[in-house]
Amino acid sequence: MSLDFRHKPGLVVYLTTGDPDVESTREIAIAAIDAGADVIELGVPFSDPLADGPVIQRASERAVARHTRMPDVLRVAKEIRAARVQAGLVIFTYLNPILRYGLSKFVDDAKAAGADGVLVTDLIVEEGGEYLAEMERAGLAPVFLAAPTSPDERLEAIATHSKGFVYAISRVGITGKQQSLTADAESLVGRIRRWSKLPVAVGFGISNAEHVARVGEFADAAVVGSAIVELIERSTPEAAPAAVARFIKCLRQPQAALTL
Amino acid sequence: MASVILPSAPSESRPGRFGIYGGRYVPETLMAALLELEHEYELAKPDAVFQQELDGLLREFAGRPTPLYFAKRLTEELGGAKIYLKREDLLHTGAHKINNALGQGLLAKRMGKKRIIAETGAGQHGVATATVCALLGLECVIYMGDVDMERQELNVLRMRLLGAEVRGVSAGSKTLKDAISEAMRDWTTNVRTTHYLLGSALGAHPYPTMVRDFHRCISREMKQQILEKEGRLPDAVIACVGGGSNAIGAFYEFLQDRDVRLIGVEAGGRGTELGQHAARFQGGVPGVLQGTLSYILQDEDGQIAQTHSVSAGLDYASIGPEHAALHDSGRAEYVSQDDAATMDAVVKLARTEGILPALESAHAVAECMRIAGTFKPHDILVVNLSGRGDKDMGIIARELKL
Repeated sequence: MSLDFRHKPGLVVYLTTGDPDVESTREIAIAAIDAGADVIELGVPFSDPLADGPVIQRASERAVARHTRMPDVLRVAKEIRAARVQAGLVIFTYLNPILRYGLSKFVDDAKAAGADGVLVTDLIVEEGGEYLAEMERAGLAPVFLAAPTSPDERLEAIATHSKGFVYAISRVGITGKQQSLTADAESLVGRIRRWSKLPVAVGFGISNAEHVARVGEFADAAVVGSAIVELIERSTPEAAPAAVARFIKCLRQPQAALTL
Repeated sequence: MASVILPSAPSESRPGRFGIYGGRYVPETLMAALLELEHEYELAKPDAVFQQELDGLLREFAGRPTPLYFAKRLTEELGGAKIYLKREDLLHTGAHKINNALGQGLLAKRMGKKRIIAETGAGQHGVATATVCALLGLECVIYMGDVDMERQELNVLRMRLLGAEVRGVSAGSKTLKDAISEAMRDWTTNVRTTHYLLGSALGAHPYPTMVRDFHRCISREMKQQILEKEGRLPDAVIACVGGGSNAIGAFYEFLQDRDVRLIGVEAGGRGTELGQHAARFQGGVPGVLQGTLSYILQDEDGQIAQTHSVSAGLDYASIGPEHAALHDSGRAEYVSQDDAATMDAVVKLARTEGILPALESAHAVAECMRIAGTFKPHDILVVNLSGRGDKDMGIIARELKL
């Protein structure tokens, strides 16, 4: 029950809760953990996901249409926690659903559900005063995003106020696939390490074993989101957990070959 | 570049806040660009060369100052206050939007950004942006919801003629909100080369302040013109409010004049249930959407509600943060007018004054029609006629069966 990366490199798996349905999200998360995911980012679906590319937009739209609500997300978190005590669990959300639910109530309920941390996509450090105080009170880890465009003084603030890990955005852009990693990611991780001893996870556009292996050369973990959400989109609810588990094992294959 | 303010600072005291509203709620990737924009804007503001170039373009290219016109026949018909119309509809491109487009266009040039993106609802901001890009030789991409592209087709054609690429947005409600999200995604991806020329007093700091400043000329002229004509300030200024750029421009110079009522008119749409209107102060609650904290029409889970208005430019779930603060402080009043009253106002203004207002601006005319009779003959109402209605002829013809 912590944000440790037991594998090298660690793997963070993003899921949009409620796509295709909340029960499936729980089963997929458990399958992902068993296949080697260190941390699950449990996404709260939002009607206007402006940091997301088409794949996660579509998943959010489906989940919102099914009336997936914050209490559903927290219930899934609790069930995952009960089933897999060791896995890291981060609630991944836009700010408005938290504000509507109530910030204090949200951090209390997220903590009670067994979450380790929270990542709010559209909350920068400067606007996070009250949020940080509440997270501290509840004993939850705030995870902030760091971008290739962030100047050093911003990275310092991001690193100082993050707990658990720092999420480095691999390239300038929204979530979704890319062919290969740009040089942005490695240089960003290097800059973050000047300010922080926390593990650094690299996300956005990580979709295959080659990307994961490459990230492993300079960061502590890779975050895989759109690729898995798209796989779920193409699978039936019954087949999705096994399909995601297979995919996650494949993501680690070059690494397995290297350690033999 | 501004240094990072650590989160111990109370949010109300920071730049970009209007009371508790406003702020900067964006993905981290955009922060460097927002800080650069803020910095560049702060440098440009006192820069005489920048201001001269802008003033020159506003005068020679856009057609400022716009007249403050005494609507004699409308005044007689309504039988109450004297009604003046601030004729922003006479500006080049047909609406107030050109004020801000010119300002930000020049700012983009200063920053060396050669690619401009913008969102548009009614198409007036898109046309203004495409116009400024043609004028300044900048690449231009406009995001517009599919629903709006259909109902404001004339403006789509104008943008294309001006050399802009118009990209339809098929997500969500396919209107202004979705166009803004798509523009923000583009900006996040191309932030190093692109300036996002946001068209309303919305979004993350510095946009609400900067857009307001570029539209302050409206109330500055209004004040001077009414003093020349009447020797006193008006009793009320009325403006429609979508995001709120024309309204904040029309209100701003009167904020300290406590006897001048400031009346913002939201879109009442076709009913009071959530989804049928865009009256954020009637059912909206504070929240964060697209970079700013303000009143938002949303459901109990914080999902943003669908909205409806006959006017694409008012069809938006949130409102500029400065309006939220003016609402809470009571300095401005916010009312709504529905689709039907708006159509009546279009006909009334066309037939009494020979002026065809944009559907957005017609909401303000409708409110003026409602309240004019409650004033005395020496009282003065100023309506900000933010745009002209040529773009709406298709909708008007259909609604009125012309």
